[in-house]
Amino acid sequence: MSRTVVIDPVTRLEGHARITLQLDADGHLVEARFHVVEYRGFEKFCEGRPFTEMAAITARICGICPVSHLLAAAKTGDKLLAVRIPPAAAKLRRLLNLAQISQSHALSFFHLSSPDFLLGWDSDPAKRNLFGLMATDPDLARAGIRLRQFGQQIIELLGGRKIHSTWAVPGGVRSPLAPAAKIWIQERLPEAKATVSLALGIYKRLLDGPLQREQRSFGNFPSLFMGLVGPEGHWEHLEGWDGGEARGPGGAGGSGAAGGHGGLRIRAADGSLVADGLREDDYASFLAEAVEPWSYLKFPYYRSLGYPEGIYRVGPLARLNVCDRIGSPWADAELVELRQRCGPVATSSFAYHHARLVEIVACLEGIELLLQDPELEDPHVRARASLNRREAVGVSEAPRGTLFHHYRVDDNGLITRVNLIIATGQNNLAMNRTVLQIAREFIPDPVPAGMEIPEPLLNRLEAGIRCFDPCLSCSTHAAGSMPLDLELLAADGTLLAQRRRGA
Amino acid sequence: MSHSPPLPQASWSPPPPGDGSPKLRLATVWLAGCSGCHMAFLDLDEELFELAKRVDIVYSPLASDVKVYPEAVDVALVEGAVANSDNLALARSLRRRTGLVVSFGDCAISANVPGLRNLLGAPGAGSGGSAAAVLERGYVELADSQPGYPRAPGILPELLERVLPLHAVIPVDLWLPGCPPPAPRILALLQALLRGERPVQLGAAELQFG
Ligand code: SF4
Repeated sequence: MSRTVVIDPVTRLEGHARITLQLDADGHLVEARFHVVEYRGFEKFCEGRPFTEMAAITARICGICPVSHLLAAAKTGDKLLAVRIPPAAAKLRRLLNLAQISQSHALSFFHLSSPDFLLGWDSDPAKRNLFGLMATDPDLARAGIRLRQFGQQIIELLGGRKIHSTWAVPGGVRSPLAPAAKIWIQERLPEAKATVSLALGIYKRLLDGPLQREQRSFGNFPSLFMGLVGPEGHWEHLEGWDGGEARGPGGAGGSGAAGGHGGLRIRAADGSLVADGLREDDYASFLAEAVEPWSYLKFPYYRSLGYPEGIYRVGPLARLNVCDRIGSPWADAELVELRQRCGPVATSSFAYHHARLVEIVACLEGIELLLQDPELEDPHVRARASLNRREAVGVSEAPRGTLFHHYRVDDNGLITRVNLIIATGQNNLAMNRTVLQIAREFIPDPVPAGMEIPEPLLNRLEAGIRCFDPCLSCSTHAAGSMPLDLELLAADGTLLAQRRRGA
Repeated sequence: MSHSPPLPQASWSPPPPGDGSPKLRLATVWLAGCSGCHMAFLDLDEELFELAKRVDIVYSPLASDVKVYPEAVDVALVEGAVANSDNLALARSLRRRTGLVVSFGDCAISANVPGLRNLLGAPGAGSGGSAAAVLERGYVELADSQPGYPRAPGILPELLERVLPLHAVIPVDLWLPGCPPPAPRILALLQALLRGERPVQLGAAELQFG
């Protein structure tokens, strides 16, 4: 008789999920699936609310990366007001996002994933967690806790609270940088750097030793990678496409730098650029989503390759894969080393852990650089205007990848339609493929009738998901590409064809 | 908190701090919430070391690999509203196995942001109710390929028609408001419990929403 092995719930994960393995009558693995089991429906119940409330509401999608929603909502609001925000506000927002990426990556590495590497896949499940790490390696645990605290504290110093601050607003930010805040950050930076240096050292030693098999087999496959890049093709986390003409959204064959406008870049596993200089405003022309009946998390794909061939990955590894360089010395050196280990495009999902540490370096160097900029302390931080547009798309790089907010409003600024494309959802196809690959690598084939699959093997399946640091709070509570405007629909035959195909 | 039902007898009474004494068995539970309340718990930062001397985390989505809610839990911090059949089942089973259940944060207390979908099920809001309204938008109108409601009995829970606060489905012993309750509020509550206060008297600073 065929049977189903269920891992329920998947733990040390930001969200509610199950994994199932389908075995046939002979015990051969037929299918492995990652099921996301929650849904809140933000895209519907935000309708009718003022667009200025969107930051506060959508921050409540996720308590781990509320800043990402705050920033995307503020940026969408900037566009609805049609203002260019003051330079100090733009820089303060960057500081906020760098702090948030640091704290979120520290959480993923130290609190959630390192117990697997440091305590062992086979260690006691009751102790294989942050508290177990605190007991066995208190110094490292404390350093990790304080690194997360560093990011959280910057968020509080800027926005008044660590979680669900409403400091970024359409037109800029609510308040300038306090001198005392700057001093605090400067004083704690050296410790934060020392911690990430320590973590990189430990992690690389593990990669050279016991983690080689994981690096090879945890979701190692070709796919597309997508992320923002800056005007020079460097690593970028906040600014979207800026000015000029788009370079053929969805079209193939883009090459070289992003034409000086930044925007979204898509790179294939062989290193070729599939698209470059994509405008966030056009996201629906190059991204689409499919539904599977067995998960509340939808399956975004790159539209022109179709479903599921249009599989792409976002997040730390994707950002490092798409950029030409990071732009600060230590981070660039770490990027070179990562590419030496993994090739010019890293295709193993396990390398997300390494990428996260490299990105913390990039964030800390970015914070240091910003603090040296006198303009950061300019008190003019907010541009005021009334509603000037009826529709806008804002983008930011959340810790887990590219986040889109898309609003339509009426003459009073009340939301008539909202769509949010969340980072983690875009990794859904890749997470499922990763679970299947790990199951094939580690689960005995066939599984003899009546045999239980040992817990450490099941933990590896969960760890495959943890590579992506998925935020399921985010990804299921708002997802879906808003149908294009009617006139766009009329101009775009492919879209119509794909809708019909799925119906 | 005059509306609070009588406190059930917690199986645990506070030991004097020191080696070998039994620790408080603490669970943290995540229902329909954003995990912000859990993040605020982790914002205890280095206080966690102090806490670990007197508290065992016996169940937690972020800090434990234990899959089944254990027996004889002393205190559960429950984040989130009750929005689907899984949330409901977990709420009921944790109630049976826990001395003191805390509605942890505004979602558990009032349904808060997840409860906004209840408006879609109000009379005159259209047919189908709130669950159908959000499912229709998410998985049919906003799907480019293979539209349809996710449905996998036994794997995917069903959405409840109304998103409920925790006390609407099980008796709750304590309320800790905030969206999220900041770490100092959480610490104040845990310290009161560790001092053995029954009922727990929280100050005005611990009793703020938002
Ligand atoms: S109360 Fe606030 S912080 Fe806590 S789960 Fe609900 S929305 Fe998130």
